[in-house]
Amino acid sequence: MLSRTADNLYWIARYMERADTIARLLEVGSRISLLPSAHGYRSEWDSLLQASGLADAFAKKYGDPVQRNIESFLFFDHDNPSSVASCFKAARENGRIVRTALTSQVWDALNTAFQELKALERAERSTLELGRLTDWVMRHAAMVRGAIDATLLRNDGFNFLNVGYYLERGDNTARLMDVKYYVLLPRVDFVGSGLDNYQWTTLLRAMGAQRAFHSAYGGAVTAAKIADFLILNTQSPRSLATCSAGLVNHLTRVAKAYGRETVAQEQARALLAEVEGTTVDAIFEEGLHEYLTRYIRDAADLALAINDAYLSGEMR
Amino acid sequence: MRLTVDHVTRYVYDRPVRSLVQSHRLQPSVFAGQKVVDWSVTVSGGQKGAAHKDGAGDLVQGWTVAGPVSEIVVAVRGTVETVDLTGVLRGFKEIVAPDCYLRGTTPTRADANLAALAATADGATPLDLAHSLSAVVADAITYKPGVTHAHTTAAEALALGVGVCQDHAHAMIAVARVRGIAGRYVSGYLFSDSDGQAHEAAHAWAELHLPGLGWVGFDPANRTCPDDRYIRLGSGFDAQDAAPIRGIARGGGKEEMDVTVAILQAAQ
Amino acid sequence: MTQFNEMYLGQGQSQSVRSPYARLQDWVAAMPQELRSLKQAEAEALFRRIGITFAVYGEGGDPDRLIPFDMFPRVFAAAEWAKLEKGIKQRARALNAFLVDVYGRGEIIRAGRIPARLVYQNEAYEKAVAGFVPPKGVYSHIVGVDIVRTGPDEFFVLEDNCRTPSGVSYMLESREIMMRMFPDLFRNNRIEPVDGYSEKLRRTLASVAPKKCKGEPTVVILTPGHFNSAYYEHSLLADLMGVELVEGQDLFVDGEYCWMRTTEGPRRVDVIYRRIDDAYLDPLCFRPDSMLGIPGLMDVYRSGGVSICSAPGAGVADDKAVYTYVPEMVRFYLGEEPILKNVPTWQCGKSDDLKYVLDQLPELVVKEVHGSGGYGMLVGPKCSREEVERFRAKIVENPGNYIAQPTLALSSVPTFVEEGVAPRHVDLRPYCLVGERIELVPGGLTRVALKEGSLVVNSSQGGGVKDTWVLAE
Repeated sequence: MLSRTADNLYWIARYMERADTIARLLEVGSRISLLPSAHGYRSEWDSLLQASGLADAFAKKYGDPVQRNIESFLFFDHDNPSSVASCFKAARENGRIVRTALTSQVWDALNTAFQELKALERAERSTLELGRLTDWVMRHAAMVRGAIDATLLRNDGFNFLNVGYYLERGDNTARLMDVKYYVLLPRVDFVGSGLDNYQWTTLLRAMGAQRAFHSAYGGAVTAAKIADFLILNTQSPRSLATCSAGLVNHLTRVAKAYGRETVAQEQARALLAEVEGTTVDAIFEEGLHEYLTRYIRDAADLALAINDAYLSGEMR
Repeated sequence: MRLTVDHVTRYVYDRPVRSLVQSHRLQPSVFAGQKVVDWSVTVSGGQKGAAHKDGAGDLVQGWTVAGPVSEIVVAVRGTVETVDLTGVLRGFKEIVAPDCYLRGTTPTRADANLAALAATADGATPLDLAHSLSAVVADAITYKPGVTHAHTTAAEALALGVGVCQDHAHAMIAVARVRGIAGRYVSGYLFSDSDGQAHEAAHAWAELHLPGLGWVGFDPANRTCPDDRYIRLGSGFDAQDAAPIRGIARGGGKEEMDVTVAILQAAQ
Repeated sequence: MTQFNEMYLGQGQSQSVRSPYARLQDWVAAMPQELRSLKQAEAEALFRRIGITFAVYGEGGDPDRLIPFDMFPRVFAAAEWAKLEKGIKQRARALNAFLVDVYGRGEIIRAGRIPARLVYQNEAYEKAVAGFVPPKGVYSHIVGVDIVRTGPDEFFVLEDNCRTPSGVSYMLESREIMMRMFPDLFRNNRIEPVDGYSEKLRRTLASVAPKKCKGEPTVVILTPGHFNSAYYEHSLLADLMGVELVEGQDLFVDGEYCWMRTTEGPRRVDVIYRRIDDAYLDPLCFRPDSMLGIPGLMDVYRSGGVSICSAPGAGVADDKAVYTYVPEMVRFYLGEEPILKNVPTWQCGKSDDLKYVLDQLPELVVKEVHGSGGYGMLVGPKCSREEVERFRAKIVENPGNYIAQPTLALSSVPTFVEEGVAPRHVDLRPYCLVGERIELVPGGLTRVALKEGSLVVNSSQGGGVKDTWVLAE
């Protein structure tokens, strides 16, 4: 297929997944902010911005991290390329360009999300409750994903879509965990406290994984169990293990269809091997933050390799 | 006259380019005034692409260079046997209708001043008129390098009163059109003999289409018609259209270009 | 001005229905207002869902604006169409012969049948392709001929479109939607299908692949991108033909061929159906500042490495000033009498013509020579005196830029309007395919001026579209 088409499909997936994460991030933030503050209400929102890598852009435009401004910035702001509005718009725009590579169900899902977004943008802000907004995002993200899974031909386009999803999701899981461990709770004396527990639970809830977590682990919520669940557990849909395996799976299918391996497959397998070959203890020994940073960097390298091999059209 | 050409263009990029495409008009025209003894064009790291003879009789050769590459050298070397035909392009095969060149392009469009300049020329025959046009252009635009640039129009050069061969050729085409004569831009080489009369080795002049004679070259910059010191490469509406080398690089940063041209008289 | 109603003859008591429309009489009579509104809403929803929208140049506004669709079909009897078909094919042949000629020896000019100036000094004449004969001698592979009707047997060609006529997606989608909404209509009328268009187009394009291409040629559609107002059409055609829809950045030149960038590496391209203007094809040959084009493409094209449809330079044949001479082309190249008439045209560049035009301005239609889309035109009888005078000043300033034609009494077809059904003026654009063979799908794009009395059918000026039927024998 045309490299640009593959690129458009890949970015549809990345934008949709990113919008989903931003919504979850907003939910984490609003829940944490309901809690008596550990170090001031503002700093928690600030942590969120730090985690999403958007702190500087936000500070430049709005200054103080006030909740309403953060909501505007993360949800509606078209100057912020990672806002839900920007992501939905970009996903739909990418979809429009490759309209013929999609089924009408997928296009409908993308288009409906965009049209409803336009309606939301026209609505009076005071009528829009944050919870309703985040639910709305997650519902539409799921509808697009569902339409893709249910109706698309299992060809290379499908594989590039999935590569986009798994890359973005792995990256996002790593970043969300990083908020909790590195930014929200930097002080050792909070570990194991009620506050610590509440924050972990909130994080799980934001990932829609609270129930799954409890059925898998039971008992108290601990950092070790969370790390296992979100990094190593192959049943967890957002774990780094699941995302890495998904990448290997779809890239292998691409290589098979084209009769040619590239460095991308090699790097994906290395990423998976890294996750499969480690333990929770080893991760904590290295430091959770250090481990997650390394994953984020390796995944970014893989994204570059995928771009060079397939999406840029430069491969001869 | 037997002339040897050594023409090297070196492109240097501050960041490597991903790929480069060029289109060359670097083959001496085939007509009674010149005969190629030997000729070669090379592009470092380049792959020779498609070639065709265009409607104006020029051989156009495409080249591609697959990057990454930071430097590209285009070298033109060869020997040409020339004869003085006092500017007449005799025995040249082309299909483009001369009327085509009556259409102005941005650099050759006549403003009021060019029209006024054209009106000062006169001659009993079209040929006389053409010579007169060449003379008035030479008088109105003094040869002086470094003032005008690649995108200067004929009107601008006339207003400045100075220019180089490109400006003379553009002005010549403009005034000829005012007088109803089709004119076109010619690029080529000029052998500078020791008396220092000629100015530029990589040269340009104009051709005017005259009844009974066909295309005839005029070089206002040197107040002459092309003779056996001239090597003709290709033609077009204007400098850009007739450029011997046109190219576009993909990716890469700033481009620095360095050109050296040496035209020598070969030992017989 | 009496105007021809394509459905009804006569008035009042003596009114009768012309035979092609016979069955539509009952159909429309049996449709209550509520059902009509329902169907209209359904049609609109279908159009919006498939994404067929129209962005108006230079007007800003909603890029997702729908072109109005009128459900009342426009119908041709088999015999009527047969004549049109012959006339259109004849014209397409002559236009192509003209193009090959003027980029070659220019016999028609040497013979004094058309002024050299009109051709060689024309902005659309491409010196870069002089001396080149494209495969099968075809320059214009899709000829869109705009036709108006003034009587039962009176057809006039308004203009030819030899470059990249658009609108065929409306022909295809209008039919799809009509068949979905009114299957009974299609059961009760024997209507020639139009859905063969995409396959015929693909075959036409493949038939002009370069000689160097062995085996099944790779065809692509080159679009300026998704911001273009016709992007939907580009993607629909690519989809229906099963070919890639590419942008300039997807193609590159290497060696003697043109390639596209795919996830499996470079793939050679043999035929480019381009929907971009000549000026943007190749920055090395045309506009050096163009970011849309493919550097080096023209060198590959001229040396027979790739085919470009329509061929660069084809535009000189559909220039409004050259248009006047098309009947002359038919006689000169084909030795036949033109089947379809031209609208009498005055060239404001000629002093006699200019005098007449300025005298009769309130009665005439005046168009810019290089204009399109109904912009910059004057419909004398529909304009106020001030508008006419303003236009007069523009003509006087640059006469060569204008042509004038009499205001024709365009035929009308019943159209659904607020108050029920009323006649509205229409034109017709069929799409003639020229490759190894010349083919015409029975149908076309019928544009309708939705404003009462309006003669401007352009979608950018409030025009709509109708399904166009050709009845089987």
